[in-house]
Amino acid sequence: MKGTQKHVIIAGGGVAGMEAAGALAEMGYRVTLVEKGQDPGGHLLQWHALFPDSRPAEEVKSYLRKRIGNHNITVITGTAVEKIKHHPGGTVTVNLSGSKEEKADAVIVATGFDLFDARRKEEYGYGIYDNVITAPELETMFNGGRVTKADGSVPSRIGMIHCVGSRDEKVNNNHCSKVCCVTAVKQAIELRKMMPACEVFCFYMDMRMYGPYYEELYRESQEVHNVNFIRGKVSEASVNINNRLVIKVEDTLAGRPLKMELDIMVLMVGMEMAEAGTKLAVASGFRLGINRFLEAGDHHYGNNLSGVSGVFYAGTCTAPMNITDTISHARAAVAETVRYLDGR
Amino acid sequence: MNVKQANKFGFSINRSRLIDYDTSDRKVREYVTLREPSFKLCFACGGCTATCTAGQHTSFNLRRLNTYIRRGEIEPLREEVTRCMLCGKCLLVCPRGVNTRNVVAMAAEAIRKLERNEL
Amino acid sequence: MNSDLFITPFNLGLYFILIYSVVRSTVWFMNLSRSDKLRLQRGFFGRPFMDSLREIFMESLLHRKIFKKNPLLGYMHMSLAFGWFLLIVFGTIEADFFGEKHLNPPSHAIFFRWFNPEHGAEGFARIYNVWMDLLLAFILSGLLLAVIKRFTPRMMGMKKTTKHTWTDRIALISLWLIFPSRLLAESFTCGAHGSGSFLTGNLGASLASFLPAAEIAPYFWWLYSLALGTFFFLLPVSRYFHIPVELLLIFMRNSGITTGDRHSSYTEVQTHACSSCGVCISVCQMSYAAGIHDIQSAYFIKGLRNDRDIAAITANCLMCGRCEEVCPVGIELGPMRLIERRQGEREDGKLRLAGKYAVTRIRSSIEKIPTQSFSYLAEEETEKADILFFAGCMTHLTPSVIVAMKKIMESAGVKYRFMDEQGGVCCGRPLMLAGRDREARELINHNSGIIWKSGAKILVTSCPICYKVFRESYYLEATVMHHSEFINLLIEEGSLRLGYLHRKVVYHDPCELGRGSGIYEEPRAVISYVAELQQASQERSMSLCCGGSLGNLTLSSGKRALIAADAARTLTMDSPDELITACPLCKKTFMQATKTKVSDIAELVAAALPKPLDKPVKRRTTRTTLNATGNG
Repeated sequence: MKGTQKHVIIAGGGVAGMEAAGALAEMGYRVTLVEKGQDPGGHLLQWHALFPDSRPAEEVKSYLRKRIGNHNITVITGTAVEKIKHHPGGTVTVNLSGSKEEKADAVIVATGFDLFDARRKEEYGYGIYDNVITAPELETMFNGGRVTKADGSVPSRIGMIHCVGSRDEKVNNNHCSKVCCVTAVKQAIELRKMMPACEVFCFYMDMRMYGPYYEELYRESQEVHNVNFIRGKVSEASVNINNRLVIKVEDTLAGRPLKMELDIMVLMVGMEMAEAGTKLAVASGFRLGINRFLEAGDHHYGNNLSGVSGVFYAGTCTAPMNITDTISHARAAVAETVRYLDGR
Repeated sequence: MNVKQANKFGFSINRSRLIDYDTSDRKVREYVTLREPSFKLCFACGGCTATCTAGQHTSFNLRRLNTYIRRGEIEPLREEVTRCMLCGKCLLVCPRGVNTRNVVAMAAEAIRKLERNEL
Repeated sequence: MNSDLFITPFNLGLYFILIYSVVRSTVWFMNLSRSDKLRLQRGFFGRPFMDSLREIFMESLLHRKIFKKNPLLGYMHMSLAFGWFLLIVFGTIEADFFGEKHLNPPSHAIFFRWFNPEHGAEGFARIYNVWMDLLLAFILSGLLLAVIKRFTPRMMGMKKTTKHTWTDRIALISLWLIFPSRLLAESFTCGAHGSGSFLTGNLGASLASFLPAAEIAPYFWWLYSLALGTFFFLLPVSRYFHIPVELLLIFMRNSGITTGDRHSSYTEVQTHACSSCGVCISVCQMSYAAGIHDIQSAYFIKGLRNDRDIAAITANCLMCGRCEEVCPVGIELGPMRLIERRQGEREDGKLRLAGKYAVTRIRSSIEKIPTQSFSYLAEEETEKADILFFAGCMTHLTPSVIVAMKKIMESAGVKYRFMDEQGGVCCGRPLMLAGRDREARELINHNSGIIWKSGAKILVTSCPICYKVFRESYYLEATVMHHSEFINLLIEEGSLRLGYLHRKVVYHDPCELGRGSGIYEEPRAVISYVAELQQASQERSMSLCCGGSLGNLTLSSGKRALIAADAARTLTMDSPDELITACPLCKKTFMQATKTKVSDIAELVAAALPKPLDKPVKRRTTRTTLNATGNG
């Protein structure tokens, strides 16, 4: 095999990093997968079921675990990549946390995204009121098999708040996180299935059902599961004397302000460039776009190129993506990496 | 001008049933857009109306006001523009950074000028 | 050639400006309100007169305030003003003492050397000559700085300097010419007669060595006189009119006259007392943080003075009050802008000659046509309560402040009613800031009704904007307290048991609470009680505006963000753990602008409350709060 001695370091052990590692190892490259958390898997680890077909997240997790089981892959966890530098002659040095340095022939950056910290949207009361939770926290509840209020009682009305931290100038995020709309619909359906007596409302600005079967899922949520949709951005939440959440929103289709009591408010938190990724980009001189994600060399045909020779991008460090697109993007990054290594 | 044109026809159609974009009055829209360009940024999420202090007491609705101005429907606004308290909550809520208070102020000014035939 | 005709321009100018000043002051006086006239008359025979003399000496001549801010700039102003003053005083003495006769016309003192070319050869006169030359050199050194400042403001530590109109420019040139032409005129005369001291004598002697000094001297005497005459003639229509007007302003202010809420002689006097020194431009965050360079107070006042259409300038201001704080002349810039915002539309924004040069200009005194109407507000029923809590509109968007206040009051055992829990009616301050006082009055009446009916003794609010208007424009029996004052009261009377947080925090004075209402100590006392308070480089009366101000209707969100980012950077310079403010609007604005944690003072205090798990909180039964209402 021609590439056995070639070494690729992958920064970030989420979906993109694991898929890229697997694909490269399969082709005989030596791969070091560096993950800052305790286990590889990224945000997927928290997920219970995936849109649009509600397949258990475990299936994708185990696929990825198998993918990095290859003997060509070394996994380092609890370690962050701090700086990447290309040297004349083709070697790329990678500084790891704890003052370690590794050498490689190429590097794939797959540092992923951070979830928007809902505390920054103070008016929604996250961290202030009980029963205001985020979408991943709801997934955790699904994993536990029970969705309850903070006091353990069963909710009778749940509101899904779209676009929390996305499309919002007030938190410096003008971009759309793409996956939250369909996540809200998926979770709404799951809630309805789990608790048929519980009403579920989605508060949206626009329903952006961009992927295959997403629109069908939206239709199904109305047709089969009686999920309610109200078009309007929630402006604020408070708590009334009965300790129930009260939200204020305009029902823009009726053209009047609307007040509603809720038992649980689920904030569909968006995606932001990962803080660790930003630090790495600043230290290594990678360009950041106006959405603060990594700016690829070309939006159309150079989507994995970093502009630095021997360094490639994969997954949500470049923009919000769903799992399908992340895996495709990671494979494309592998193709670019192999083309680069073969060409040298 | 526009009123005259509309009076020539329109006996068969009730005017209020239809937004006649071709004969609509764009002067107010132009006046507001020129003086407060952020007016254009609204994507009608309704956050302003949800939080509105005056909206708790009366029909004032900034999102609708914005849409009406864009469509040239001025008639329903004459009363409404006088109801804003300028408290500024909408300014803190708007996800598009529209300078909401000045939109109201400029709309009110435009409508006043329109009434005096100064626009 | 050697005739005395050259003194004519000077004489004409001098008598013109004297007559003009008397006429204009008289008209201003006549146009004052009855009570202000009385104040001025009483002031003339009392302490205010002596105070004014002292202030005129310290500020108008020595320029002490500018000196403190910027010693170089202070020296420049002092050498020109105080130097010229001394030159006139000692010149008059010189003419009186050494001249042919006593009580000479002013021209004999000003052109003393011309009339006494041989003077000062020996004895006391020789020493006196040194002194006069010294004074001239003193002024010339200041003039040199002024020239440097005009061309390179940065060398004088000024960020920006004001732009000039053409009358200003001619007046400036004539002012600049006065002292160099005097130097040359005296030098040539001295050179021709072999007199003069170290400056004029030496310069004169060297000039005379290769030039026909006696023939040249008259030209410079003409120039000197023309420069003076031109300067005097242009004085009323140039920025230098501030020199005499400032004296009047000082006297009026010391007599107790204030700006009030409409245009008057006093606003006219303030308008003309502005020297366009540009200190207000240097401190304006709109200028140095947001890159807006044409709306600062100096330009606002200039627009007023020249009767330009300044509606856009008037509106585009944060009303933070920093410029007023540093104005060396003490012009009430905030109230002046509010008056202008209150004005109805001008019939004609164009410059009218008759209006421009009239002794007092007629400004539209019509208030704006009411644009808002709140007749839809229904009367509300109120429950009785001793302590009323009014969160304010903005605070509803920072629920952690409300939750913190609830916790604090519960922990202190305060029985209160939450007036706007379900949402209230705006306090009226934003409307007032937009110059719509009449409309604001409707809201004030509505809220006042609720507060009166509740029978509250203390009205606590979390919003400094509401606080200011409650205190100043509401007629209430209740003591109005900002929550920082109220918490301080609870701590002082011992109703609040608080732990100590090991955090370094920095405090931001909100504009309406600090400069607007003078509340600086209470928040600091509260913070120091629960955490370590760092000093900010710009604090108290020079605190920065967060950029979110409701005082500006037109500023875009992008520009606001620039101001917020700059202010946040300045505040977090010493990397505190937390940035504390006392205003929901400041909090929201800063949260967007910095990565440092931003909290309200109430949140900080709530964090220092004993945790319910640590120990059961003992409820105090004695409530002394109500007895301490006089503390506001």
